Amino acid sequence: MHNLTGYATNRQLGLIYMIEVDNLSKIFKVYHHRKGFFGSFVNLFSRKHHVVQAVDRISFTVRRGEIVGYLGPNGAGKSTTIKMLTGILVPTSGSVTVNGYIPHRQRKENAKRIGVVFGQRSHLWFDLPVQESFELLQRIYRIPEMQYRYNVEIFDELLNLGDFFRTPVRQLSLGQRMRADIAAALLHNPDVLFLDEPTIGLDVVAKARIRQFIQKINAEREVTVVLTTHDLDDVEKLCKRVILIDNARLCFDGELATLRRLLSTERLLSVDYAEVYPDISIPNAHVIHREGARAQYRFSPEEISTADLIGAILQKFKIVDISVQEPDIEELIKTVYEDNLTLERKLTEPISSDTQAN
Amino acid sequence: MHHLSLYLHFVKLRIQSQMEYRLSFVFDVFAQASISVIDFFMIALLFNRFKELAGWSLWEVGFLYGMIGICFALAEMFGRGFDVFQRNIARGDFDRVLIRPLGTFFQVFSHEFLLRRFGRIAQALVVLLIANSQLIIPWSFAKVGYLLISLVSGTCFFIGLFVIGATSCFWTVQSIEIINIFTNGGVFMGSYPFSIYRWWFRHFFTFIVPLACVNYFPSLFLLGKVETLGISPVGAQLAPLAGFLFLGVTVLFWRWGVLHYQSTGF
Repeated sequence: MHNLTGYATNRQLGLIYMIEVDNLSKIFKVYHHRKGFFGSFVNLFSRKHHVVQAVDRISFTVRRGEIVGYLGPNGAGKSTTIKMLTGILVPTSGSVTVNGYIPHRQRKENAKRIGVVFGQRSHLWFDLPVQESFELLQRIYRIPEMQYRYNVEIFDELLNLGDFFRTPVRQLSLGQRMRADIAAALLHNPDVLFLDEPTIGLDVVAKARIRQFIQKINAEREVTVVLTTHDLDDVEKLCKRVILIDNARLCFDGELATLRRLLSTERLLSVDYAEVYPDISIPNAHVIHREGARAQYRFSPEEISTADLIGAILQKFKIVDISVQEPDIEELIKTVYEDNLTLERKLTEPISSDTQAN
Repeated sequence: MHHLSLYLHFVKLRIQSQMEYRLSFVFDVFAQASISVIDFFMIALLFNRFKELAGWSLWEVGFLYGMIGICFALAEMFGRGFDVFQRNIARGDFDRVLIRPLGTFFQVFSHEFLLRRFGRIAQALVVLLIANSQLIIPWSFAKVGYLLISLVSGTCFFIGLFVIGATSCFWTVQSIEIINIFTNGGVFMGSYPFSIYRWWFRHFFTFIVPLACVNYFPSLFLLGKVETLGISPVGAQLAPLAGFLFLGVTVLFWRWGVLHYQSTGF
């Protein structure tokens, strides 16, 4: 089965890292345009511009078969990084290799071995039916007939492409289009899949389906996945490792769990009491919400351990139900963006040993 | 071979999608042919009054007109992808081009094929054929070959102009409108014998932008006229090479431009 789909050549297996990014920077020159006929003429000679640093000395590596979440707020430099990894943009400085190739110098070689999906824009041919788009890709990537048929069959099974296989791309719903786009990006068995906002604008069911598909492809084919997203559910479901960038700089690279631990100085405890008690205060825990017999406490594990807190509650009151919640990752990442310094301070010692241990 | 078969496949798809609205297509072809008939009628009117222009008769000028018209329409038909590149790059379509394992020039070139320019080609060809029937041209296989090469050269020349306009989009996003002076203006200028223009103008359109090389000089040779404007007869015969050379240079310019592509957004 593995030989049939033809992935993993010796060359690729020899590499430890699928992606190596070292000190990568991209500076954009934004030109000030003059309008009109005369203006366009003047534009040719006078080049007034200002400079925008979109990516600032970013370094990271990605191992074969990893799924990495590449996160950051709008304009942080996510897309610019992806565009440099896919050979769309030429870096201003620093180095980048994907599968051993330098994307902007060996663009075509790199393109043969990567798949790219931009959630905002389809890469299929607008006025062609999905099937014809796929066949065109088969020609472009010179995909052997056996492999093509095998892949279409598998993708159809997982994504139900059959429902709209003969519909022109322009008539597809957003969810259908995304399914078609992702399948299209995988027809040629790429080693790396770049997904830029793959679930943007999709409903819950469609999102779940796409996540499942990505998981399956990653597990079965060892496809390395780099995922940028705003949807933190995507991250929780798919990525063990996340890279956070903000203001063009890398601010965290490690396990999602580490990030959460690092930032979650506070936890939430919800309790359903057996009856309504007048005073439910517990030392070292703050009541943040109270409604009838239900209450929610906020506490810091540094001040009181979860076990001690539950013990203290059980000693004083009768309870029906109790649960501890980790703070939402969305909240966490918001904290990172708002308070970059705190994280940098925290990053110094514990994290490096943590990531190595993992 | 891979590229050729891909190109033919792309063209097939383009034609299919343009044929989807058959009536509009037929109407378009017809309208274009009619507009350009009126176009030539204006020149004919001019000659009705003056009989001759710098030693060129109406049908000799018709020969020039037919040649340049065919070249430009062919260039629009094949080089459409570069002509409309500004629109596509603004939509961010060039990102897609860059993630495919094919050359960028090839992809933009094969992206469009404007079949409806056929009307314009037909009209220019008719003028050329009528002109030929009115003139006594001693045709030989070599001369027919020379004419065909000149037509291809002229097509390359105009495509080269489209490529320059497209490449400028890597810096300005909006294509430089000046290019239209050379394309549309080139067709107009090329429809008249170059000897009527001032010397700096002639030299510019011979050595910098080789419009004269793909139309005027070949016509001189084919019509057997002797006025080579200081260029040796051999030089005039070799002139059509300039069209291919021009396209070659613009391809290099294109490649350099691609490295400056900034994409959209961050």
